[in-house]
Amino acid sequence: MRAPAASDAGIDAALLSVEDVSLSFGGVRALAGVSFEIRKGEIRAIIGPNGAGKTSMLNVINGFYHPQQGRITFKGRTRARMRPHEAARGGIARTFQNVALFRGMTALDNIMAGRSLKMHRGLFWQLVRFGPALAEEIAHRHKAEEIIDFLEIPHIRKIPVGRLPYGLQKRVELGRALAMEPDLLLLDEPMAGMNLEEKEDMSRYILDVNHQFGTTIALIEHDMGVVMDLSDRVVVLEYGRKIADGTPDEIRRDRGVIDAYLGVPH
Amino acid sequence: MDILYQIFVDPFVQMATAPDLLVQTLWEGLVAGVLYALIALGFVLIFKASGVFNFAQGIMVVFAALTLVGLHEQGVPAFVALAITIVVMFGLAFLVERLVLRPLVNQPDIILFMATFGLTYFLIGLGELVFGGDPKVMIADALFLPKGAIDIKMLGGFVSLQKIDVAAAVIASLMVLGLGLFFQKTRIGRALRAVADSHRAALSVGISLEQIWVIVWFAAGIVALATGIMWGARSDVSFALQIIALKALPVLILGGFTSIPGAIVGGVVIGIGEKLGEFYWGPLLGRGIESWLAYVIALVFLLFRPQGLFGERIIERV
Repeated sequence: MRAPAASDAGIDAALLSVEDVSLSFGGVRALAGVSFEIRKGEIRAIIGPNGAGKTSMLNVINGFYHPQQGRITFKGRTRARMRPHEAARGGIARTFQNVALFRGMTALDNIMAGRSLKMHRGLFWQLVRFGPALAEEIAHRHKAEEIIDFLEIPHIRKIPVGRLPYGLQKRVELGRALAMEPDLLLLDEPMAGMNLEEKEDMSRYILDVNHQFGTTIALIEHDMGVVMDLSDRVVVLEYGRKIADGTPDEIRRDRGVIDAYLGVPH
Repeated sequence: MDILYQIFVDPFVQMATAPDLLVQTLWEGLVAGVLYALIALGFVLIFKASGVFNFAQGIMVVFAALTLVGLHEQGVPAFVALAITIVVMFGLAFLVERLVLRPLVNQPDIILFMATFGLTYFLIGLGELVFGGDPKVMIADALFLPKGAIDIKMLGGFVSLQKIDVAAAVIASLMVLGLGLFFQKTRIGRALRAVADSHRAALSVGISLEQIWVIVWFAAGIVALATGIMWGARSDVSFALQIIALKALPVLILGGFTSIPGAIVGGVVIGIGEKLGEFYWGPLLGRGIESWLAYVIALVFLLFRPQGLFGERIIERV
């Protein structure tokens, strides 16, 4: 297990803080007054039983959902309503529970799509592929290749992602998110449906991203072994409420969490 | 036996004995086909980006042509009128995104489809209010579109090419090529393909759906303007012109709703098929088969290859 990032000097400033967020769809309450913070440089896990509101929480953070109540502060700026592309521009990247890739495109094009925000040259230069636009394209391509090497997927770069097995699709999706060079990376069940070996690989990539690039990561995961190994701190949701928040050791011993997962005898 | 001879032998004998007529027919089919492709392209652009079948594409053709001609009637020089019309089409795209698409985001496709019906009737009303309901003549001369015909001596006869048709074919081909390059090679093109694949994923990498929708509707507006000029120059500019949009349907069914090359190939196949059918097989059925042959071809395609020649196979999970 890793030492909690909070003990490292100077990185305990909150990158993102969620205050008193409530979200409901019609009469269904998805989140009720949830508050927590994500510190710069840490790996923060969000866990909880099915339907606890974990994915809703991620959707609120990157602007897919707008909470009826509460505030979200990211990099010192508080926004009432943030649209998804604004979140992306601000440095929030994410992956999805059921993989949302551009299925018709190759793995390389998917990763290049992650760099679309960073390309600035005018339309004309892009069309003629000459001069500054060509230099820019080459620079981005270089970055994409670095990510491909990092994720050990050079052999599939030209294959349309729709034809790849699920585990590799998840890896390409992570690659696309990394291509955005985000400050905050949201991973929604990055290991769902994977076998043990794939899970170990993915765990290694997540730790490497955190260490090498210093990327702050928030992840949802059901595999408790993975969660306890990877994360610095864990927040636990149940029925849209936060029931616990702390280091993996604290969470493991928390009575409320044990009850939530195992059920309370009546 | 006689009927079989008339169907399977006689037309081909005619083709072989009068090759100049065959070339003439093929040429006319090609021109019609390129124009169909242009209309279909307007549909494909919008369908790719938003999954909406834009019923208003036909009226957009009329609206663009009317604006151009109407402005010219008011004494605006032709090329200034053209520029203003382009600005108007941009304004239309912007307003459609703001007032129609954005409030209806995440609604079922059928809702958006119905909204394009509303848009159609709105544009008909607006067009009649501003420009009146009378047919107008396209300002072909003022736009320096050529007139007359070129006669080419070949294959023991003459093939006559209307200059306006040549211009239409060239302009339509250039537009198709330009749009193809735009959507293949640029960042916006990549973004459009991304949006077509997955809205969620596109949003997550920072692509603005709103921006893409405006661009796509604007591109469809430009295509509508070009279509309006070309078709308007061949007949006249009236609200009846919008029914040519219905000709885009068989083209789309043939080529696939999501494929730009499909729109082109589909258009040319339908155009040439229609003209050949009319000229060689039409007399058997008392002529006039041009108006429905395309739909029969489309029907056959629906039976055997519902996703079209180039479309993506759509697998819906139930």
